[in-house]
Amino acid sequence: MKWFKLHASDKKAFFDGMHDGVPIGLGYLAVSFSLGITARNAGMNAFQSFLASLLCNASAGEYAGFTLIAAQATYIEMAVMTLIANARYLLMSCAMSQRMAPGTGIHHRLLMSFDITDELFAIAIARPGYLNPYYTYGAVATAAPCWALGTALGTVAGQLLPASLVSALGVALYGMFLAVIVPPARKDKVIAGLIAVCFIAAYAAAYLPAFAGISSGTRTIILTVVISAAAALIFPRKQLEDEAK
Amino acid sequence: MSHNTYIYILIMAAVSFAIRALPLTLIQRQIKNRFLQSFLYYVPYVTLSVMTFPAILEATQSPIAGAVALAVGICAAWLGAGLFKVAVGCCAAVLVVEWLLPFVM
Repeated sequence: MKWFKLHASDKKAFFDGMHDGVPIGLGYLAVSFSLGITARNAGMNAFQSFLASLLCNASAGEYAGFTLIAAQATYIEMAVMTLIANARYLLMSCAMSQRMAPGTGIHHRLLMSFDITDELFAIAIARPGYLNPYYTYGAVATAAPCWALGTALGTVAGQLLPASLVSALGVALYGMFLAVIVPPARKDKVIAGLIAVCFIAAYAAAYLPAFAGISSGTRTIILTVVISAAAALIFPRKQLEDEAK
Repeated sequence: MSHNTYIYILIMAAVSFAIRALPLTLIQRQIKNRFLQSFLYYVPYVTLSVMTFPAILEATQSPIAGAVALAVGICAAWLGAGLFKVAVGCCAAVLVVEWLLPFVM
């Protein structure tokens, strides 16, 4: 088991990951619960929705997929839709590739890829230095079962949770995003300004009639590419290799 | 013709995994190009920002509760609260605001 030889720091990273995965898991329970209701409306049973969540780990992607199952779309349509709804994970995976320690084996890369989600990406990238695969494994160990279980529960139990609780749990995910983007904004004015620009642009894109036909997943991709490219042109970073260490 | 749900799930899973695994396995070295470096540095912040707002306003029963949760989250994170505390603070803000709203409105 040379490949998976554990150092003490890896073990600590794993438990840190499990700990940080708790709020994510709680948020996942709420979100996937409503996803389970969508699956049920598409004619799926609890085992099928459980399996889909266990294997796909994608809120918008699964939601889009379930609506296609309900519509009995073609398999090609399913593949294209999944690709579009999940395209932002491609960008996140690119970003993560720049934070991997040199020589990290392909087994770690494949395993880490399996559950790149908005939230798990957020907490992984928020840690300083190279990404530790074991931190991600710990977070996945807590969060992924919640995601799959919540979906199955939603399919079985429908609307048993009080609306106020679903409503409150629903913002847990956004709270985590804020915990990632706000602290660096305090140190770096470019990031602070960037966040303000993002909020304004995303708000405009969500409510301007010109963008009304675009799905939220596609909007996220377009906004991410355009704003990040503009920021990279106007404020190129110096000595990124040092920042990553 | 009726389609098989398990084949649908398999397609969803295969495409979802390929999208995530290809960049991380294929890009093995540091990108030297300064523009690309900067671009990938900004991507996480931009993508998380545009996903947070205005979506947080629609995640709650009342957009006011979402707005308060946003303000509470930004303040808590600014003051140094960690991931868990910020998340719980946002949830609590929504519970309180949605409980109070019927009395105010």
